Amino acid sequence: MSVKSQLPIAAEAIREKGWLGAHRFLILRRASQVFFLLLFLLGPWFGLWWVKGNLAGSLTFDILPLTDPFVLLQSFLAGHWPAATALTGAAIVAAVYALIGGRVYCSWVCPINPVTDAAHWLHNKLDLQKGWQPKRGTRYWVFAAVLLVSALTGTIAWEFVNPVTLLHRGLVFGFGFAWVAVVAVFLFDLVVSRRGWCAHVCPVGTFYGLLGEASVLRVSAARRADCDDCLDCFAVCPEPHVITPALRGSDGSTPLILSGDCTNCGRCIDVCAPAVFEFAHRFDSRPTPARRERNRVEVPVS
Amino acid sequence: MSAQQTRPSRPNRRRVLTDAARAAGACAIVGLGLAKVAVDARALPAQALRPPGALPEADFLGTCIRCGLCVRDCPYDTLSLAELGVDGAATGTPFFVAREVPCEMCDDIPCVAACPTGALTAELDTIDDARMGTAVLVDEEHCLNALGLRCDVCYRVCPVIDKAITLEMRHNVRSGHHAIFMPTVHADACTGCGKCEKSCVLPEAAIKVLPVRLARGEAAEHYRLGWEEMERKGAPVVEGIIDLPDRLPGPSTDNLAAPGGYEPAFKLPGIKQ
Repeated sequence: MSVKSQLPIAAEAIREKGWLGAHRFLILRRASQVFFLLLFLLGPWFGLWWVKGNLAGSLTFDILPLTDPFVLLQSFLAGHWPAATALTGAAIVAAVYALIGGRVYCSWVCPINPVTDAAHWLHNKLDLQKGWQPKRGTRYWVFAAVLLVSALTGTIAWEFVNPVTLLHRGLVFGFGFAWVAVVAVFLFDLVVSRRGWCAHVCPVGTFYGLLGEASVLRVSAARRADCDDCLDCFAVCPEPHVITPALRGSDGSTPLILSGDCTNCGRCIDVCAPAVFEFAHRFDSRPTPARRERNRVEVPVS
Repeated sequence: MSAQQTRPSRPNRRRVLTDAARAAGACAIVGLGLAKVAVDARALPAQALRPPGALPEADFLGTCIRCGLCVRDCPYDTLSLAELGVDGAATGTPFFVAREVPCEMCDDIPCVAACPTGALTAELDTIDDARMGTAVLVDEEHCLNALGLRCDVCYRVCPVIDKAITLEMRHNVRSGHHAIFMPTVHADACTGCGKCEKSCVLPEAAIKVLPVRLARGEAAEHYRLGWEEMERKGAPVVEGIIDLPDRLPGPSTDNLAAPGGYEPAFKLPGIKQ
């Protein structure tokens, strides 16, 4: 382990790039989350009906229909062939996320993300144990179970409990007791399972992960040779397993983070002092030498 | 390489099977819980009415994506999305309560036009064909008209007046010399808009719009009403029927021509006596 890994997270990046530089994508991401939420709130709050509906389905400027393809997939399995408007909307959403990375939805749009990020922040502050860490395949099991229940009951099953739409619909249309689901997710991430909801359970994220499996926009460990082993990227990444193959790959291997689990949040770019990471496209084939051994601090054998 | 060294690198079959069984078990539990919630959601409360053109409840829950576009395009703010734990309808689905805000039956049916999925089916092109529910005069003991007064409000406000609700005149037995104008719902014309329930003058409405499943009975499929069938056919439904002499009350009841007794109420057409 590097001596630098003892420093607080992003300390070096802040020194090198300034606080703003070391939080660029985090700030942009929060701005994006607020932006997408505000779009939906302009109508009910200010009577400005640019965007109607919610994240499950919406109509923008009375012309652009958007539909959550995961909701529509459940409807399809429940035995219904949706009308053309919904299909068009789902096709647009699916095409966009297939290009820019499915889980971009998770980190840049989803209203639950700030909730689980807050839980994670508090989790670190309180120095809690990581708790239950489900196996990697868990989310796929949950995903399959949701689709199966939809098919068996003939309903859009996940929408009865989906905290993402419960929260979003609550904000745009009125909560009822939907906030209970949001608090439940917060507590789950805080005390039961660190990063548990978004990284291990949520079938919406799983769906978008699969959707973006071949996405064009990707984070690349382009200057991995400069990595100084501070481990900050691993510490901030919500899906740290995606970094390893790119960052620790050998000379011939791709520096692109190709896993569909990566949410393209860009936080690794922020916290890296030697600027190892950058946004790149899938077909980027610039030669990227591997990390050099000299970066490793040898532990003297006594 | 010895067998002892190779063994640990092979996937441990027992562990793989245990993990898979555990995951499947956990999913079965989660799935059963979710299925229970999904099935329970079908129990739509009686006062919650779906917007015009809504598919039958079981299909509706598989089609409606809870986007609220129908709610937004309703010009009278009749519709709202059910809130978790507050309204009884499935969370996020659109509904209205007739006694609060009834459906105004817009000619262009904007809620149906707004629906992206077809949960409110575009097959509904005339609002008079909507069947959001059926009005039922649930309480004849309190209905003012049923008591012999002339309230008539439900009848007057009905958008399908004289078809969906008529006033049927009958003798007022209590007073002996008045009429009762009984509000009578004809389900084949009632859209379930709820205007009658909304405007009932009683503190608790005596006429209520109920979901069709609650409001209506159903005749067995093989039932035929003899008098209707006879009218349609112009002859008895059963061929070759023998019209036996009627035995009627009165003096000399066995007399076939029954002189001095009662005449038969009607004669079967097509049969000569």
